Amino acid sequence: MDEVQYIGINSIPIVALMSTFIGAVISLQTASNMDSPLLPDYTVGYITQSSVILEFSPTIISLILAGKVGSNIASEIGTMRITEQIDALEIMGVNSLNHLILPKVLAAVVYFPVLVIFSMILAMIGGFVALVVSDLQSTETYVLGLRSFFDVSNITYALTKTVAFGFIIVSISSFYGYYVKGGSLDVGKASTKSVVVSSVVILIANFIITKLMLL
Amino acid sequence: MISVRNVNKTFGKQQVLFDVSANFEPGRVNLIIGQSGQGKSVLAKSMVGLHEVDSGQILFDGRDFTAMDKSDRAEIRQEIGMLFQGSALFDSMTVEENIKFPLSMFTKMTKKEMQERVDFCLERVNLQGRNALYPSECSGGMQKRVGIARAIAMNPKYLFCDEPNSGLDPKTAIVIDSLIKDITYEYGITTIVITHDMNSVMEIGDNVIFIHQGKKWWEGDRHSIITTDNPEIEAFVFASEFMKKIRSSLKERIK
Repeated sequence: MDEVQYIGINSIPIVALMSTFIGAVISLQTASNMDSPLLPDYTVGYITQSSVILEFSPTIISLILAGKVGSNIASEIGTMRITEQIDALEIMGVNSLNHLILPKVLAAVVYFPVLVIFSMILAMIGGFVALVVSDLQSTETYVLGLRSFFDVSNITYALTKTVAFGFIIVSISSFYGYYVKGGSLDVGKASTKSVVVSSVVILIANFIITKLMLL
Repeated sequence: MISVRNVNKTFGKQQVLFDVSANFEPGRVNLIIGQSGQGKSVLAKSMVGLHEVDSGQILFDGRDFTAMDKSDRAEIRQEIGMLFQGSALFDSMTVEENIKFPLSMFTKMTKKEMQERVDFCLERVNLQGRNALYPSECSGGMQKRVGIARAIAMNPKYLFCDEPNSGLDPKTAIVIDSLIKDITYEYGITTIVITHDMNSVMEIGDNVIFIHQGKKWWEGDRHSIITTDNPEIEAFVFASEFMKKIRSSLKERIK
């Protein structure tokens, strides 16, 4: 439960903030570029829905979580390493890898998808608020766009990516934390490195999963 | 009894331990002393399996720890208590949770039994009523005492203490030394203490092993350390003028 709190619940505010504002900006940018009279008005809602489901929520939110959750995990485990808390676990006969990392991996693969669904909903609401408050579109047109060409397999694709990204973030940051050597400076370096490496691996995994699932 | 037989340990190209052999008797406080970087911590960490030895044997009451697989080692480790230099308390847990942790992991005690055991251990180290404090709210001496309480929670047969007095004032250091000595005698534990502290050597050293250049250089008790003519011991133990004066006066008394 601590891990759920730590990985899932504590991330809700940042996810909510990012999702609402980026959803709003996506819809405004799309609306501002819709010059052609041949394109129906509901295209704005459709593009917002597609962008959010396919890329923004699973990938961008995962990159943000790599920074927030990943650095937290690396520094927590790294501090436990340099203060001999991991040695203490080992001497007690506890499998420290299982004890420290497995619950975090489980929490991430279960709760990252929940966060991403939450992010999708808030991003679409953000888009709605931006368009309707700015009087750029009616509620009916925006909702019609959101519902147009909706494909459930896109949600499956997004959640598959999210599970993979959650696993990548926790395993990479745990690795850098667990094997840190030295002092507090090295814990800081490990934390930074874990974020950089997780982000790069997420981008590569994003490409591979997209190639495998969408094409 | 813990027996170390012909242990060698290398890190990369640097050999740290050279053919070290020693016996550590139960019910006695066994001290490993030596200058920094001479291999005493490596020896202790090798004994508990935090470092793998290159060759040699480590026997816990005849059971060869070096030849065991992970699961067998885990069983022996449940018989080991360790007090770390920095206490190594789990900082996300309270004092009570720290002591309960090994009990909840490895015993089938009921909640009530665990609570009784925690209270007993805290009372043993004179920290009764401090259950709800977090390690960050404890002083250095209190952290060491909680570390001892956690180490004895499982009724260990073997107790390892890595520089238990480092960072403590002399008065608190004496309290910690007394605790280690009392617990050792009371429960017949095989206790191994790594220390630089000459006060500890003179107070609690039933058996003292001096490690120098990765080798067992000298072995004796706290009385014979005063009279030995071993030059390396003299250079280490009686480095200051003050200690030299103490030594000569003690030598006179012994004569």
